[in-house]
Order: sequence, then C-alpha cells, then structure tokens
Amino acid sequence: MTDTLVLVDGSGNVPSRNTLELLGVARRLADASQDMVEAVVLEETPSGLAEALGAYGADVVLTAHHPLLGSHPTEACIAALQQVMAHEKGEVLLLADDYAGREVAPRLAHRLDGVVVTEVVALETEGGSLTFRRQLYGGRCLASLVPQRRPVIATVKLRSQEPAVEQPGRTAAVREIPVALDRSRIRAKVVERVVEEVRGVKLENARVIVSGGRGLKGPEPFQELEVLAQFLKGAVGASRAATDAGWVPVSRQVGQTGKTVSPDLYIAVGISGAIQHLAGMNSAKTIVAINTDPDAPIFKVAHLGVVGDFKAVLPPFLRKCKELT
Amino acid sequence: MNIIVCIKQIIDPEIPTEQFKLDPATKRQIRGGLSLVISAYDQNALEVALQLKEKVGGKITVLSLGAPEAQGALKSAMGMGVDAGVLVSDPPLLESDEFSVAHILAKAIQKLALPDLVLTGCVSGDTGHKVVGPLLAEELSLPCLTFVSRIEAGNGKVVARKLMEDGYERVEAPLPLVATIVSDDSNVPRYSKLKDIMAAAKKSVPFWKTADLGLDPARVGTGAARVQLCDVIVPKQESKCEFVTGDTAEEQAERLALRLRELKVI
Repeated sequence: MTDTLVLVDGSGNVPSRNTLELLGVARRLADASQDMVEAVVLEETPSGLAEALGAYGADVVLTAHHPLLGSHPTEACIAALQQVMAHEKGEVLLLADDYAGREVAPRLAHRLDGVVVTEVVALETEGGSLTFRRQLYGGRCLASLVPQRRPVIATVKLRSQEPAVEQPGRTAAVREIPVALDRSRIRAKVVERVVEEVRGVKLENARVIVSGGRGLKGPEPFQELEVLAQFLKGAVGASRAATDAGWVPVSRQVGQTGKTVSPDLYIAVGISGAIQHLAGMNSAKTIVAINTDPDAPIFKVAHLGVVGDFKAVLPPFLRKCKELT
Repeated sequence: MNIIVCIKQIIDPEIPTEQFKLDPATKRQIRGGLSLVISAYDQNALEVALQLKEKVGGKITVLSLGAPEAQGALKSAMGMGVDAGVLVSDPPLLESDEFSVAHILAKAIQKLALPDLVLTGCVSGDTGHKVVGPLLAEELSLPCLTFVSRIEAGNGKVVARKLMEDGYERVEAPLPLVATIVSDDSNVPRYSKLKDIMAAAKKSVPFWKTADLGLDPARVGTGAARVQLCDVIVPKQESKCEFVTGDTAEEQAERLALRLRELKVI
C-alpha cells in the first residue's frame, strides 16, 4: 500500500485529542498494510511537538517551519501541505474533521487533482485498495467509498476513533521539509478571535451532556440544564433550533454544523430529534430523551424516554440523582 | 453588489425513518412522493444575500444544478426577493460528484459574469458533504471563507464572522470571494410575501445544458466520479427506547434516576 500522512496539532509539545485519534486510526491502518505513519507538523518555530509523536505511533515526523504558519492561516496550510505532499509523493493524508480541516481538505485535494473524503468513521485496507466509510443522509446510512485516484485527502470524524495509546520511549525520525510561502496569497486575515467563555467541562470532551432544544421555549430554562449538568460534571449542549433563536451561543450547538459529541450520557431535553441534530450525538452510549411529544423522532434513538414536561421532570430528577449519588 | 447564491433542491431530510428508502442500483435516496425543499443552509445563504442587498444594494442571482423540478426551488428563492435564477439541468450531469458539481457551477458563474460574492450553504442537506463551496472557490481561484454566519461588506472587502470550535473569528478578506453560510440567529430565512411569490411565478428561469456551458463530458456525470460508492447500509431501525412510566412527573423523574443508577450511568 502506501504510507499514511497525518496532519497533527497540539498545545506546545502535547498532541491534541484530535491528533491522538488520527494517529490511532493511522497506526491501525499502517499495521494492517505494513506501511508507515508519517506525522506532519506545521508551525512557526519548533515547539517540541514533533519529538513527542513517536510515542503515539508516528514512525516519521515531517516538520515545516515558516513565519507565516504561526497562526495556521488556511491558505498557508494548504500551500505548505501541497509542498509536503509533492516532496513525499504522499498518497493518503488524514486530517481532523474540525473547522480548519474542512477548509483545507477539499481545497488541497483540488490543487493536487486528487480526492477528498470527509467525516470518515472507518478506514480499511485490503490488498492495496482503501475503503472509507462515512455516514450519508444525516446518519441514516453508512456508505463505503473507494477512491478512484490518488492522492486521497480525508477528514476523520471527531470522536469516532480510538485514540493512540502512549508507548513511552518509542521514538520517530524527525525530518524538516522546506516550504516556500507567499504572504500575498494569504488573503483572509483574522481581525479578532472571540472565545466563548465555557465554565467547567468543554462540550466536545464532556462525558455527560444535558442538551436543550425548541421545547425550552426560551433562554432561561437553560439555567436549569446548567445546574443539572454541573451536578453530573457535564456540559450543556443545544439543538440548532435553540441556537438559531439566539437562546444560547452557537458554540453550544450539537449537530451537523455544530459539535460532534460522544458522551457516556446524553440527556436531550425538549429536542425533537432532527436528523441534523442526531448526526452530532447518535454515538452517545446512553441517550435519555425528555419531550412532551411521544412521537418525537428523538425517541427512536433514545435508550430511555420520558414523555413529559421538562419543567416538572427535571427538578425531581436532580433531587433523586443527588440522593442516589 | 452582485451576489450569486448556489442552492440545491433536496428531498426533505426530516422525513420519518420509515419513509427513507434507497434505490439498490444507484444507492441513492428514492424520491417517491416525498416533498422537495431547498437545502437548509442554502436558505440561510439566501437570507444573508438578501440582507446584504438591503444594506448595500445590488443584484442577487440564484443558481442551481439539478433536475427540471429544481425550477421550483429557484422560483421559491425569487419569491424571497432574489432578482433572477438560472438552472443548469441536463441528464448527463445528474449524479455528478462534488468535484464535477463545483466545476459545473463555476462554468455557469463565469458565463453569468463573476460576481462580487458567491454564497452557498456550509453543508449539503442530504449528503452532509461540506466541500462544494471550497471546491468552487478553487475552480474560480477565489478566497473561501467557510462556516460564516454574518457578513458585512464595503470598500471592496468583507468582514465575516466564521465559526470556530470555541467561539468565532472575525475575518477580513478582499472581494470577490466564496463564503459558505451556517445558520445563526441573524440569518433565519424570511417568509416570502405573497406579491413576491406571485411576481416570481411569472418570471422565467433559463435552463442551461452541457453545451451551453462548454463542458467537457469527461469532467462531469457518473464517469468523472473520483470515488466509487460500493455499498450503502441502512442500519435496521429498532426502537429500543425504554419509556419510563409514572403517574406523576415526579414519579417518572425518580424512576429515571433509579434506572440510570441501575445501569451505572450515574
């Protein structure tokens, strides 16, 4: 087959959770085909991240350092990756399906005259051929896709893969790839970055999520969800209906254009269960739905359901949880 | 400001599971009698365009690649206040993959004359793909901003709000560019006024074919597909929901807590 390249990121010398998931799937793929995992690090100056990746399954780490890569502007990353892929004659590159990956992957694939496959949930190799699996129609079905040409640029759905396990002491060869970047090609400039304050657990990492939808009828009931989430050491999420109404910040949205989450417990309160919402949470281990409508589609995916008004259900539910734990 | 909004007409994605059927041969969804809608985020894109037109003036053209019935979607957009619509419709173009779709749309845009702004939804409402916008930008050699919820335009550039994992960025970029739109409380699609719907019904929508765009047949349609769809599995939908009973909400709530404790979830 061929080596698998993986675009990685991290905080200082600590690989991100997304990176560990990518390295996990790349390692399993490489082991099956007896090829190598090549991690790609794009940064302004060395952070120590490259040296940390051998322990997580990378065989080779390719680094590209350039002043224009500091804030990882999309156009700089695309240009750098194009050069790395050409240099390495790369055939397969995996990226995380995050906002940056979604911008980079299709454009890079176009420039390389290759293929882009997004939101991959499984990757298999058999006799030199690669099969990617992704959901279609908002998660109603699972498609198997075989690229008809190379290179393949694939984004991997977050929280769909087992992360790489650390093997302390394992090292990888680190190689620098020179890249030439043109400032005038970076046409989009970030003027301001607004981070929405999150108390406690981040939604994408939460093991417990209490999510509210249209049935909450306004922003105030989200306070109640917040109290419950805090007690359960979780985070508050929301459906698109709630964020479109401006009841909670968009960064709380779970779904096709929001966050993909995979918690142990997902409590959907006043959420009907639109396909584009389910697409973001249908892999939760236990799904509880509280809704006044017994025919709400959410009950088709929930494990436990309460047909009732959340205003009457949540307070005694919290009381009982406190009693029991 | 000249804006082109690319939209797609799809089968309503929110149909109950029992009504979702795939054609075993093409592995695509069977329409049957199901209703057709404009892909949700394309509707948000139309709203953003309309708001920009209200602020800075100009013209909006809606463009789509689809079956002849997609004309209805274009008329619908025109009923919202879009000035003109063009439908690219030709049987060989159906079942084009995203690379081909972007190529076809780019050719149509070039035929219409490059606008200041090209908008489209951030996610396709049926396939769930998020690539047509970026691919279109590559075809047109334009900058691309994705997951944009708001746009301010002026002086040959835009300032756009782009979603990020933990919040958003305000990004400045020169026109012309491509932006893919995500929903937000600022761009909830408007309802059409009856007089606008009636006026739109009277307007004509040109149909363009492969020859009208000078398309290379090798770059479009099933033959040009870069990915082969081998298999599509529809998981069996067995509703395994355990409904928690009780005479009062309190009883239900307590039983729910007990059940979760039993299952060692809490």
